[in-house]
Amino acid sequence: MRRGSLLRREAIDGYLFISPWIVGFLVFTLGPMLFSLYASLCDWDMLHTPRFIGLANYATMFGHDFRFAKSLSVTLLYSAMALPLGVVASLGIAILLNQKVKGLTLFRAIYYIPAILPGVAVALMWKWIFNPESGAINLLLAKIGIQGPGWFTSPEWAVPALVIMSVWGAGAGMIIYLAGLQSVPTQLYEAAELDGAGAWGKFRNVTLPMISPTVFFNIVMGIIGSFQVFTTAFVITGGAGSPAYSTLFYVLYLYQKAFKYFSMGYACAMAWVLFVIILSLTLVVFVTSKRWVYYESERRG
Amino acid sequence: MSGRGTLLQSRQRQQRLAQAVAYAILTLGAVMILIPFVFMLSTSLKDKDRIFTRSIEWIPRKQIRVEVSGKTVKLFRFAKSLGDIYAVPVEELPRDRVRVAVLTRRPAETVDPRFLRTTRVVDWNEPNFRFLLYLRNTLAITVLALVGQVLSCTLVAFGFARLRFPGRGFLFIVLLSTMMLPAQVTMVPLFKLFVSLGWYDTFLPLTVPAYFATSAFFVFLLRQYFMGIPIEMDEAARIDGASSWGVFSRVLLPQVKPAVATVAIFSFMGHWNDFLGPLIYLGNPDLRTLALGLYAFQGEHSVDLQLLMAAASVVMLPLLALFAVAQRYFIQGVVISGVKG
Repeated sequence: MRRGSLLRREAIDGYLFISPWIVGFLVFTLGPMLFSLYASLCDWDMLHTPRFIGLANYATMFGHDFRFAKSLSVTLLYSAMALPLGVVASLGIAILLNQKVKGLTLFRAIYYIPAILPGVAVALMWKWIFNPESGAINLLLAKIGIQGPGWFTSPEWAVPALVIMSVWGAGAGMIIYLAGLQSVPTQLYEAAELDGAGAWGKFRNVTLPMISPTVFFNIVMGIIGSFQVFTTAFVITGGAGSPAYSTLFYVLYLYQKAFKYFSMGYACAMAWVLFVIILSLTLVVFVTSKRWVYYESERRG
Repeated sequence: MSGRGTLLQSRQRQQRLAQAVAYAILTLGAVMILIPFVFMLSTSLKDKDRIFTRSIEWIPRKQIRVEVSGKTVKLFRFAKSLGDIYAVPVEELPRDRVRVAVLTRRPAETVDPRFLRTTRVVDWNEPNFRFLLYLRNTLAITVLALVGQVLSCTLVAFGFARLRFPGRGFLFIVLLSTMMLPAQVTMVPLFKLFVSLGWYDTFLPLTVPAYFATSAFFVFLLRQYFMGIPIEMDEAARIDGASSWGVFSRVLLPQVKPAVATVAIFSFMGHWNDFLGPLIYLGNPDLRTLALGLYAFQGEHSVDLQLLMAAASVVMLPLLALFAVAQRYFIQGVVISGVKG
């Protein structure tokens, strides 16, 4: 009897402790989600009441909106370049840092700095560095006899410039990989050496399998992240996604639809499509991960 | 024995070579990380004439002060196609507009009021990076939100980690799955909600949600920490008659300080650097945060570049200082987010 009342007391306490989240979830997540789903089926400018139009927003999106298609392709192009380069750069740096180098803390700090800084300040800094006439990069290129491209003023070079920025800022990934590498048991390397494995052999057969879960997790996060690129492109192009829509990232276009054209229904529909894209990409990575991600617990079990 | 010795030697030599190569690449990489900052800082310290030679229309140039009828005012110079135009402000209007009087002569240090042509209102924001104001706004939002986030997430994490109640597992899965939800899905309805509450042009949309444990990641991180503390500590305290609140505040909270510090730092960073939130909710120039102020500073009219770079450096500085002091917690947070996720 006493035990029962104690359990009831504990349950009540439990609900009390998590009540901030329950309220927050209902008011700031679930409610807005449901409303957003409904709004995505409406023509809505936020001033008038939403007018139900069925799937028309979605039909426009996939039927006649060339800017929607453009924003998808810009985002995919960026991800296709930034993700692999980011993984290679941050994993490479992490492996080097793991060679028991002195000054690890200093190096780690320097590489991580870009990740902590405000996106607006970083974007303005790079905009100036990529300035076609007077920016550092093109001045340096000119010194070795190369005529630098127009970067953010050129439809072809705007995304590569953003990719360079993203590799520069890949320090957070590096720290995660480094932690993963440091947790690989040294006996595995010693055993591999006894078997005559060289540096590449050790990397291929010990390091890579052992940190594949970390790589996997980072790729998933990277996909989600690159579909959320906003501040950089917004600040550099003043919200326009210019030139010639070459930096019209998905979320930037969504923002324009909502707060520039006040097509709130359309923006909600785009947000749901984004949700579906992120979910399915994550699912794809999850499903294929069975082939290349090595979980130690699986073998033990 | 000797064979083993040479093997060891060659291994050591190999290792030393590998280390040298690693150093070289790491140093090169570190230099590449730092070069943009050097360039930004050097630009911020330069004289404007060395940066740009082309003149663009309506660029406010160097601030010179002149005297008009005994009063010191700023002199504005606008580059127009037919040569420069000079003006002095005569009246400040709301929304950063100014009424200026255009000068009919090239100005000297003292301007004779006779040379002031009829005044007109210029729809033009003075390029003024009001650092202290923006700093105060940013600090207010960041501190309010940070306190809310730390409080609410710690409470909720404790509930999920230590108290048993029906539906706990299910609710925790719901909480975790909100991490997958892109913020854009709720962005428009939340905007509508906050606008109809009259919260537009206030800090409330940027701070109030933080009090409701809206960051699932922080809850997750704190819960992991709570789970790592032996349950015997709770039981001992309860035998001594402690309530759930007592267990939480007196027994467990002191134990999870490192996790709280990590959450506080990431919360600080998130709110300090937030751009989209202030962009959507803060229209009044007096409410701008550092990030929004910096964006507005480059704004509709290009500003002198050395000023812009100086402002960008100044906005970066507080975070660099925080990083220098609390690097450990930054790194810890990233590691937990990546390895346990």
